Amino acid sequence: MALLEIKNLHAKVAVAGGREILKGVNLTVNAGEVHALMGRNGCGKSTLFQVIAGRETYEVTEGSITYEGKDLLEMSAEERAREGVFLAFQSPVEIPGVSTDYFLKAAVNEVRKHHGEPELDAMQFLKLFKEKRELLEIDQSFTRRAVNEGFSGGEKKRNEVFQMAVMNPKLGLLDETDSGLDVDALKTVAKGINTLHQQDAHRALMVVTHQERLLKSIVPDFVHVMVDGRIIESGGKELALRVEQRGYAGIEEEVRQGV
Amino acid sequence: MTQVAAEKKSSPLIHFTRLEKELNVNSSPAWLEEVRAGAMARFAAVGFPAQKSEAWRHTNIGAIVRTEWELAGAGEIAGVAALVEKFTFGDDAAVELVFVNGHYHGELSRTGKLPRGTKVGSLAEALAGGDADVVRRHLGKQASIEANPFVALNTGLIADGAFVHLPAGTTIDRPIHLLVISTGGPKPAASHPRVLVVAEERVNATVVESYVGAEGQLYFTNAVTEIVCGAESHIDHCRLQQESTSAYHVSTMQVDLERSATFVSHACTIGGRLTRNDLNCVMNGEHAYATLNGLVMIGGEQHCDNHTLLRHERANCPSHELYKHVLDGKATAVFKGQIFVQRDAQKTDSKQTSKTLLLSDDAYMNSQPALEIYADDVKCTHGSTTGPVDEDMVFYLRTRGVGLEAARHLLTYAFAADVTRRIKVEPVRRRIEDYMAARHGLPQDLRITDVTSHDRAAL
Repeated sequence: MALLEIKNLHAKVAVAGGREILKGVNLTVNAGEVHALMGRNGCGKSTLFQVIAGRETYEVTEGSITYEGKDLLEMSAEERAREGVFLAFQSPVEIPGVSTDYFLKAAVNEVRKHHGEPELDAMQFLKLFKEKRELLEIDQSFTRRAVNEGFSGGEKKRNEVFQMAVMNPKLGLLDETDSGLDVDALKTVAKGINTLHQQDAHRALMVVTHQERLLKSIVPDFVHVMVDGRIIESGGKELALRVEQRGYAGIEEEVRQGV
Repeated sequence: MTQVAAEKKSSPLIHFTRLEKELNVNSSPAWLEEVRAGAMARFAAVGFPAQKSEAWRHTNIGAIVRTEWELAGAGEIAGVAALVEKFTFGDDAAVELVFVNGHYHGELSRTGKLPRGTKVGSLAEALAGGDADVVRRHLGKQASIEANPFVALNTGLIADGAFVHLPAGTTIDRPIHLLVISTGGPKPAASHPRVLVVAEERVNATVVESYVGAEGQLYFTNAVTEIVCGAESHIDHCRLQQESTSAYHVSTMQVDLERSATFVSHACTIGGRLTRNDLNCVMNGEHAYATLNGLVMIGGEQHCDNHTLLRHERANCPSHELYKHVLDGKATAVFKGQIFVQRDAQKTDSKQTSKTLLLSDDAYMNSQPALEIYADDVKCTHGSTTGPVDEDMVFYLRTRGVGLEAARHLLTYAFAADVTRRIKVEPVRRRIEDYMAARHGLPQDLRITDVTSHDRAAL
């Protein structure tokens, strides 16, 4: 059974007369696989991730998403998270007055309760957080501050991967986690993601990226090119190289000519 | 028709002036009788504020005006002991004075050991004893009967209240708690509590005023507090209003800051059917520093109107103001933040922030800054935001497994915590948190205390 199976997914902005953004997406992700999603700005990559994560500002008008054999679209955003879906945001919000440590404790215990596991106590959290902070090379003061408040772009991205490490999801959706990072920060974040990938052979990752650079560190099993709300071409890691060389227009042209 | 209108207008006045005669005050000094008579004459002349007057435009006091309020006596204390038990600070307070309908209640009060020369007790006793001169020097000298008819009414009916006198150099670590209880009665009853706090030079102290009542009771509390902060004193003040949600609460607090005095106010309104608070701070000495923080958390049909005034009379005075409102149900609120900078008050540095969280579509906020600046070398900023819980934040928390309701509560908590975490008085903070936990049924995991301890640990 596939971990995630998306069939003919159509979604529009959930207002009367809202624009259709996803126009029939088909995609299968198996446990342990790494998928890269590439495409121009506005082609629907982020929307696809938001729809998978349960954002209600988008309305699914057609198609289905099955996760571990269950209808994902029937679940609330928090249920999806508790079932192991994690979205690392492209532009994470700042939440004044709520520290990362603080809400993450509540979040982890929600997930544990959901699975009938005992809640973690303060000491266990300290240990867990320390381990994951070290993985991402971040300081303790960082996660004690209000979520993302006054963080640089790079710090926000690092915080997202830190949260993913703590939440330990089955499916990680990384939305342009590499953008806004300098070379060193990219290395750290990529290393973190790789470690997470290697630690659990069943964990699947989907990454949205514009840069082939990230895909050198996190080698994808599959690459998909998205154009205007559809996946027009899928392939192995060599497809990323083709995109790099010919651009999205070139890939579109090739597909049209049936190359 | 004119005559009918005139009669209607005059009836409560006649009623209240009659009450003045009912005041059972033994051996008032002649000067106080004069003060009372002058104030009552003022009230009789102007009456209650007109709805159309600028300062009262957004608060309809019709129900207060129309009701024939009896003077709430000191004797009706059924249920008072239970209220004391509920709202006491216990050993967290250095002294706890209990007032029932404005009258000092010795048996329910707890007086502890205080530094030499410190007077904390009943105003009536102070008048009768050796402190009459201090009282005379300050009582009615801060809060103006001309500026506000409710002050005139309160002053015209002064019988008792709290008197706090802190001699020069006094430091008291734990708060002085004034627990002011109002009770309803068979007939609608009003009380007019009066508080006078005189801190001489270099005093360091915390004063907490709690205004409480039994839920469901209908009464009217018309409180006036006068505070004098002597040179180089540091006064921390909390005002926690947790009246019955059927009650009417009008208050005026007048604060005088002398040279290099620091005054920090935390004013929290949770209760009251209708609340109007006027908080006026006058910086009468250079380098005085006033901080006014406010938190209003109301719902249902509650209405709360906060008018604050920061008067910069002298140069080099900073002032900070942060008012936050959490409005649920059909609650309505007004915040008017006046900042007045006198011509000579150069180098004034004033910052005002008003933020409102609307938890329902029917809640309504009216926030208006009012800056009046006559000096040319000043820095005055103000900002105001009003809106619902940020759905982007809610979604972010949900993608981490936090439930929808819990996420909204957590964000509401965090919003309020911006003010509560600044409150140094532990029992006040605890009471606000208890209230929020009860109201929102939030899991222990998500309580503010955790956030606060995080912040402390991070410091």
